[in-house]
Amino acid sequence: MRTPDPRPGAIFREGLWTRNPIFAMVLGICSALAVTTTVRNTLVMFLGVLFASVLTSVAVSLLRHRIPGSYRLMVEMLLASTLVIVFDRALRLVLPAVSRELGPYVGLIITNCLVMGRAEAFAMTNPPLPAALDAAGCCTGYGLVMLAIALVREPLGLGTLAGYPVMPAAYEKCGLLVSPPGAFLCLAALLLLVNTLRDRRPGGEP
Amino acid sequence: MNPVQVASAATTAGAFAVGDWSRLAAIFLSAGLVDNIALAWFIGMCAFLALSKDTRVAFGMGVAVTFVTTLTATANWLVNRFLLVPLGLEYLQFLVFILTIAAIVQFLELFVDRHFPALYEAFGIFLPLITVNCTVLAASIFMVQRQYRFWETVVFALATGLGWMLAILLLAGLRQHLAFCRPPKNLGEVGTALLLAGLLAMAFSGFAGMAVQ
Repeated sequence: MRTPDPRPGAIFREGLWTRNPIFAMVLGICSALAVTTTVRNTLVMFLGVLFASVLTSVAVSLLRHRIPGSYRLMVEMLLASTLVIVFDRALRLVLPAVSRELGPYVGLIITNCLVMGRAEAFAMTNPPLPAALDAAGCCTGYGLVMLAIALVREPLGLGTLAGYPVMPAAYEKCGLLVSPPGAFLCLAALLLLVNTLRDRRPGGEP
Repeated sequence: MNPVQVASAATTAGAFAVGDWSRLAAIFLSAGLVDNIALAWFIGMCAFLALSKDTRVAFGMGVAVTFVTTLTATANWLVNRFLLVPLGLEYLQFLVFILTIAAIVQFLELFVDRHFPALYEAFGIFLPLITVNCTVLAASIFMVQRQYRFWETVVFALATGLGWMLAILLLAGLRQHLAFCRPPKNLGEVGTALLLAGLLAMAFSGFAGMAVQ
């Protein structure tokens, strides 16, 4: 891996596009496929991942000189699961309906490769502020990709956008898009689009 | 799912009773085929895509995941029933489950290395990857959310692991044959795998008629 640009803005931007977790590293796609049937669930999931990832990265970065090498993964995981428990509890209190719909996926933020990946690859070797920015950038990039998928799947598959009907009444809903196979096909199509764009613009800036 | 409900169902008498065999069979078929953890729930995707280039590797990972999932879900059921529920600590489930999983994987690695060196040669490299494999944690979370009893948990976890193994083996078989075709260049290796997974998921949705709730 090349050395990251030290400027804070650049760290954030790199996570957004160049090192976008889904396009560049194909990490954390479990939830990108599972929760993108509606825009609302996608946004909640994004907030959860952002919360867990940024705070895990900051905590790991603060403790990085004290964590013994061989227990590294264990410590990172315990920090992440503590934060996910906090998020899960808060979600149950504030939005019980969304919490039920997301089901196991909130708990699975713990093993989301994105959270562990940023803690392991960046926060272990960098001070807290860059670590937070790196995690925030990657999560935002991740969130935008999930949102892009949700913006295709919800209107075409359910005829609504964030819960409000947007399609004309005569529109026949495309059930395939909100079913599991549709999720795989949507992400494959998106990867094709992004790779084509990247080929055209080798600089990689958005 | 509110925690009070979970507590009451998990502590009722007969949690170890086998009960209805047909219900166990239904759970097995449902977790293995209809609600396949990889193709219907998208869980364990990272390893599913990364390790499915070669059927031998896919098989090794599949066996390791099946074994660890069954072992850890069973252990977590016991921990949940006899430790967390009586103490009213259900909110620590995620933390404790992850700890149990990490401890079991670590122990398994030492044990297999010590007593079955040949097995360690074949499957040992997969063990460290498993702690962060979502499939293992997901089985424990599902078992709590669906309020499974002891034997239901064992059957469910075994079927989940086997279902994941079936999915990754099928995908690996398909990917090995990609040498004979030319998918669009810009789709990339991962995009092609996702496309194949989508087709597999469509095939698996044909099992939906078998679902027994």
